[in-house]
Amino acid sequence: MAEPVRRDFMLGEGAGTGSGGQQNLHVGVGPAHPAMHGIIRIQTEIDGEFIRKADVEIGYLHRAFEKDCEVGGYNNAIPYTDRLNYVSPLINNFAYAAAVEKLLGIEVTERCKFIRTVMSEISRVCDHLTCVGASAMELGAFTVFLYMIKAREYLWELVEDVTGARLTISYGRVGGVKADLPDGFAAKMTTAFKETREVLDEVHRLLTGNRIFMDRMVGVGVLSREETIGYAITGPLLRAAGVGYDVRRAQPHWAYDRVQWEVPTQKDGDNYSRYLVRMAEMEQSMRIAEQALAMMPGGAINVDFEGRPIDPAAYVDQGKQGKTEGLLLVPITLSPNLQGQNRAAWNQVNAHDKRVVLPPKETTYGSIEGLMNHFMLIMEGYGIRPPLGEAYFATEGANGELGFYVVSDGTDRPYRVRCRPPCLPPLAALHRMIEGEQIADLIPTFGSVNMIGGELDR
Amino acid sequence: MGVGSFFTSKLDEAIGWARKYSIFQYPFVTACCGMEYMATACSHYDIDRFGAGLPRFSPRQADVLFVVGTISQKMAPVLKRIYDQMTEPKWVVAFGVCTCTGGFYDNYATVQGIDTIIPVDVYIPGCPPRPESVIDGLMKLQDKIATQTQRF
Amino acid sequence: MQGGQILQRLRDRFGGAVVDTHEHRGDATLVVDRGTLVDALRFCRDEPTLGFDVLMDLTAVDYQRYPGREDGPRFDVVYHLYSLAQNHRVRVKVRVDEDDAAVPTAVDLWPIANWFEREVWDMFGVHFSGHPDLRRLLMYEEFVGHALRKDYPINRRQPLIGPKQ
Repeated sequence: MAEPVRRDFMLGEGAGTGSGGQQNLHVGVGPAHPAMHGIIRIQTEIDGEFIRKADVEIGYLHRAFEKDCEVGGYNNAIPYTDRLNYVSPLINNFAYAAAVEKLLGIEVTERCKFIRTVMSEISRVCDHLTCVGASAMELGAFTVFLYMIKAREYLWELVEDVTGARLTISYGRVGGVKADLPDGFAAKMTTAFKETREVLDEVHRLLTGNRIFMDRMVGVGVLSREETIGYAITGPLLRAAGVGYDVRRAQPHWAYDRVQWEVPTQKDGDNYSRYLVRMAEMEQSMRIAEQALAMMPGGAINVDFEGRPIDPAAYVDQGKQGKTEGLLLVPITLSPNLQGQNRAAWNQVNAHDKRVVLPPKETTYGSIEGLMNHFMLIMEGYGIRPPLGEAYFATEGANGELGFYVVSDGTDRPYRVRCRPPCLPPLAALHRMIEGEQIADLIPTFGSVNMIGGELDR
Repeated sequence: MGVGSFFTSKLDEAIGWARKYSIFQYPFVTACCGMEYMATACSHYDIDRFGAGLPRFSPRQADVLFVVGTISQKMAPVLKRIYDQMTEPKWVVAFGVCTCTGGFYDNYATVQGIDTIIPVDVYIPGCPPRPESVIDGLMKLQDKIATQTQRF
Repeated sequence: MQGGQILQRLRDRFGGAVVDTHEHRGDATLVVDRGTLVDALRFCRDEPTLGFDVLMDLTAVDYQRYPGREDGPRFDVVYHLYSLAQNHRVRVKVRVDEDDAAVPTAVDLWPIANWFEREVWDMFGVHFSGHPDLRRLLMYEEFVGHALRKDYPINRRQPLIGPKQ
């Protein structure tokens, strides 16, 4: 013991579990670790290069999502759901909206179902691109990361076209979506998918057979089938372990039972299988989106409405002058941030239930009933008021089953909103995946579980 | 103007010019803004054009701390420690509205602006900010670096 | 199996211990007595016709301000079960009072219950007896109170904690 102080510092408190002079070292990894794209703390006990024990601590991004939802109205929770899984916010929006719709007992329109399907799948591709790209980067494959973010950028521009925002989109609404798809969406989607497919090809060539990549991924982070189920892990991790469970297939909703697609599975349950499942899923997602867009009722583009479009201000003026005859039938041009909320588009994407969905802008501007309807839905104390009860709705999030459990007390505010986070089960099982492995294997394993802080800690 | 102050002001300018184009950033990524940070750093928006292309993932090697994403009460001590570990000269950028003011997370778990914990040089609002506003914020930081009195 | 058949099977097996069943919006829901909870969950998992092998979710609801529940029992602990083989779901609930907020743990049945129960303890202060390591999951140890209880104001902030040594 030449340097007692130094040794004390290195061993830390509680060290010395080994026998015969051997002592295990305690190393804390995180919460701000260079090679991890998420904030968790893993307290490891290492013996040489091997992790003997690991304790995972989460909660560094707890933002009180469930408490926030109880404060506002039902639609006010939608921006918070964006920030749950911020890599695929559209799926969160729709899942939450669908849970409230189930509680209300209403059905959305056909076109809305197809829009939800298409946009969810685009979101899923974005999520998998980010996950694969970031975990490849952490293994040193920086090129893959740059390529995949490039592809994601094309998809984000597509999402921006539809929703008005790149990332935090707040596009879902209880009873429908915010707006119809814009003009030229089909062509833009084709271009974006073409670019994405090229990137996926390149990534396949760079990674799939790459000696270094395979050495780091094959047989690492293995979790058996039984344990995966015991830990309630769903999504790509479960499918990589050989169970073909996918909520979209098992309990089809929206348009998933009307399109042809496969559930990719692998057998080994290691990091490499998870990578392969994600790569295959991106292709399937694009397949679903393309078919759904082709089958979408009303076609991919807004249907034109006969009549003279006028400016909302002129519309209101006419109403004030009492020239209301036939006014309700006149379509209006809306400012860009309201586009898609005119009546022609509104009818297609929203459930026709005035207790739930805001009226189209023509009705709000042009008739007293519409204005009152709008007012009642926005005013505190009125709004959407589901009957007493509870409902659980699940869809396939990018990381697995994303469920919302909503309890209503009959008022206009949710009594309780619970998000079943798809990320939490894999993180709860992370210690089982890394114990016994080398400390360097922690990084690819952590990358492959695709931890998303917003949804994990809520 | 004396000869001495002439030289120090010219030296200040020269050092400021050099420093503003060699920003080594430490991205303290916690939440959603991180996705937009990735987009800004990658080839599409290419933050490398401003000399800030290389993130250093150790606070001891970084000049600018990018605080990207919500800081919760549990994370606050970690942020403070990272800031303390950075060597002078150092600057802090608050990326996104959560780091500026807490954003719409007005609740028990969220720190209402990181300037309650550490000093901040540039605030970039937005939830999350678009890459263009990030680049704008970075250029504001460069102006600040170039024109301030340099300590060395 | 349909929700009604699942509930019938469980009513037949547990009879008097079943407090309530309903199928609001198609979600089969079973409310059981606390003493029977673990038996009921084990039966759900091991009975081949039910086969609920996944504990999809475990959470709680604070009914303190719910119409008709003001006088208690205050908490519902809610288990969402799913069967991979049968592709059906059931919701199992158990009611507990505030002054005796404790539920037997399900860690022996499903390992994931460990973290879910830690979260419920953290957010609601419902104790899980027999849990191997009941620490807070999301909040820090110094946090006082349980944030998702209805009587915890949303913006009651607590002093910042210092760096961990």
